Amino acid sequence: MRTTTHARWAVCAMALALATAGCGGGGDSGDSEAVLSASWGDPQNPLEPSNTNEVQGGKVLDMIFRGLKRYDPETGEAKDMLAESIETDDSQNFTITVKDGWTFSNGEKVTAQSFVDAWNYGASLRNNQRNAYFFGYIEGYDQVHPEEGEQTADTMSGLKVTGDRTFTVKLTQKFSTFPDTLGYAAFAPLPRAFFDDHDAWVKKPVGNGPYLVDSYTRGSQMALRKWDDYPGDDKAENGGVDLKVYTDNNTAYTDLLAGNLDLVDDVPAAQLKNVKNDLGDRYLNTPAGIIQTLAFPFYDPAWNTEDAKKVRQGLSMAIDRKQITDTIFQKTRTPATDWTSPVLGEDGGFQDGLCGEFCEFKPDEAKKLIDEAGGLPGGKVTITFNADTGSHREWVNAVCNSINNALDNERACTANPVGTFADFRNQITDRKMTGPFRAGWQMDYPLIQNFLQPLYYTNASSNDGKWSNQEFDDLVNRANQETDTAKAVDVFQQAEEVVRDNMAAIPLWYQNGSAGWSDRLSNVKLNPFSVPVYNEIKVS
Amino acid sequence: MGRYVVRRLLQMIPVFIGATLLIFLMVNVMGDPIAGLCGERECDPATAARLEQEFGLDKPVWQQYLTYMGNLFTGDFGTAFNGQEVTELMATAFPVTIRLTLIAILFEIVIGVALGVVTGLRRGRPVDTGVLLLTLVVISVPTFVTGLLLQLLLGVKWGWIRPSVSSEAPFDELILPGLVLASVSLAYVTRLTRTSIAENRRSDYVRTAIAKGLPRRRVVVRHLLRNSLIPVVTFIGADIGFLMGGAIVTERIFNIHGVGYQLYQGILRQNTQTVVGFVTVLVLVFLVANLVVDLLYAVLDPRIRYV
Repeated sequence: MRTTTHARWAVCAMALALATAGCGGGGDSGDSEAVLSASWGDPQNPLEPSNTNEVQGGKVLDMIFRGLKRYDPETGEAKDMLAESIETDDSQNFTITVKDGWTFSNGEKVTAQSFVDAWNYGASLRNNQRNAYFFGYIEGYDQVHPEEGEQTADTMSGLKVTGDRTFTVKLTQKFSTFPDTLGYAAFAPLPRAFFDDHDAWVKKPVGNGPYLVDSYTRGSQMALRKWDDYPGDDKAENGGVDLKVYTDNNTAYTDLLAGNLDLVDDVPAAQLKNVKNDLGDRYLNTPAGIIQTLAFPFYDPAWNTEDAKKVRQGLSMAIDRKQITDTIFQKTRTPATDWTSPVLGEDGGFQDGLCGEFCEFKPDEAKKLIDEAGGLPGGKVTITFNADTGSHREWVNAVCNSINNALDNERACTANPVGTFADFRNQITDRKMTGPFRAGWQMDYPLIQNFLQPLYYTNASSNDGKWSNQEFDDLVNRANQETDTAKAVDVFQQAEEVVRDNMAAIPLWYQNGSAGWSDRLSNVKLNPFSVPVYNEIKVS
Repeated sequence: MGRYVVRRLLQMIPVFIGATLLIFLMVNVMGDPIAGLCGERECDPATAARLEQEFGLDKPVWQQYLTYMGNLFTGDFGTAFNGQEVTELMATAFPVTIRLTLIAILFEIVIGVALGVVTGLRRGRPVDTGVLLLTLVVISVPTFVTGLLLQLLLGVKWGWIRPSVSSEAPFDELILPGLVLASVSLAYVTRLTRTSIAENRRSDYVRTAIAKGLPRRRVVVRHLLRNSLIPVVTFIGADIGFLMGGAIVTERIFNIHGVGYQLYQGILRQNTQTVVGFVTVLVLVFLVANLVVDLLYAVLDPRIRYV
């Protein structure tokens, strides 16, 4: 077996030598033809832009698609990509012009129609797209995607193609930051091939990004190669990426150490202690747009009282966030002091310390607050979580210990594991929670709106605790209508203060993204979505 | 013999139906899988309803089961949540796992039986004590420890092998995973063979064979070993089923995209179609392996006759 490994290396070295000789030496920092291999997980849903709601499928879409906007890999700012201009007078009617000269990798031109068709496809109930609700603001959505019954239209009336490269969007309400949401993968354009031969497209997707899919073996590997004629200015700086599905992230990490893999973007928690020794400076740990919180069942009368608010605040003060993030997560998470994420930046609405003393570890005051409120509802709390992924069990136990110590009661807090994620979501949807439960939020786009509205607005899709507050809803509506971004952010922060004053959810910590890589690679970065910026990686 | 086989095959039908029904119910008890498809948010009710309809989850369980069994007989195992046909998943997973099982069984037979014969013939000698101790260690250390340790030593520290198996999973890459998978059973096979051989060594027919002046080699292979193999064959036969379905730990450690991995993922995602489909095939493998074992008894011991 040793010989096969060596033989493979020899072939690689020869191919490299030939390639470099062929292009006249190559650059000194990287070889633009060399291919890197990276770890991957099997996407949960079919690989369609409006059907992908998790990171593994998102990685691929980020490589093979470019939308109207793109989030800057470093700052997260939404910058024009295919959009020449997005104009509006009233934050409700938008005129979008698509840049000239863009094509899909099969040669077809990217036009206004490519966008409108794709969005109509994503919204249509008939197509079972998991991300359909992203189009919910567009006028006519309720006809193509009624809450029950058959759809009465195939296309949304709010979308009109007015020229080869222009189209208009009419929303049902004012939404000033709408253009900034257009960098999300669900808003990507789709070529005709997607509609004409859908099965073939899903087997081998065709997009307009810097990479094209060379081969795709479902469940095991996808080979992406640089698209030489890519018209954008963020061309791939390597020859391609081989995404390999791993059964376990520990195995991927071992493979990286053995030199069989170039990039791992999810260093397993168990290896965090060794990572400095193993990889030295070939390891990255940067903030990602993910926050973990504890949500509460506000449909349960016991939790929806004035006293219960004090209990929530007390529980929050009883959690020693710093110790848990330092010991269990080895500083790959940071104690949270607001309800957003540091990746938004100060201008984007992140406010360090907004939570104030309620997010500080003050066991004595915690006990006092909870005693004042008449103790925990029912005398104890159980924290429900899904035990199948992440290291949820470890931190829930730690949080419970922290609460028990603060309240000086061995049985104040217990953990309640649920076997699978699906079952956990089921119990939440069916409103079966009786105490706090794990709530994680990974942003869809880097806007403060995305950290507040989906989670705390009355009946929003991820408002798992069914919290409802008129003042908060009004502020969010006002912020969405505000045309000036800075003012909008300001109003969103006022809304966030309402969340704080009611302690609608206990913020725990901001999650970081991590990556480790082999010595062949340089310039490895993670974007705010904790996905590696593949096109900027240099391979030597 | 022919009638016996037919009778056994007919007996498989109720076992098969009962087993699939049980699995179907068990997966169903885990709850509604649709909620897990939408990430950390509530599926919008319209899409959830459409998805339930697409996967046939809107009907009562007994109807789902009947439809499923009906489809099964036409070779349709249904579709996984990611849009892939379950038969397609099987076509990629089973060859890999069969290769892995073959290697594991080969290790069990070759090393296990050989060690068993050696120790059985030299009972009480240092080699016997040594092997006994070694098997004790192997049995008491969990597979994932052996697996991870060997992977780290051979794959990373010494660089002899690739620590993970590529997606094609050729035979040579499966040797170490096969050995790890076989290790515990191998130890049992050794002990079984050893006891059986040691016992039969004192039996009358062996003494007769030696008295006849047969060469030692012939006595051991034809007379002693053949009669001692019945418990071993029973064990190995049952082990085939275990190895194919129970390789979840080994497959995860060595990145083998086989049956165990597909089952694990199917359970995590509560994908009824995948889990029931794979387990159905595994049940069949179990049944057939048991039948073959029973038939092998007759080969090993001519006194056993099936009518």
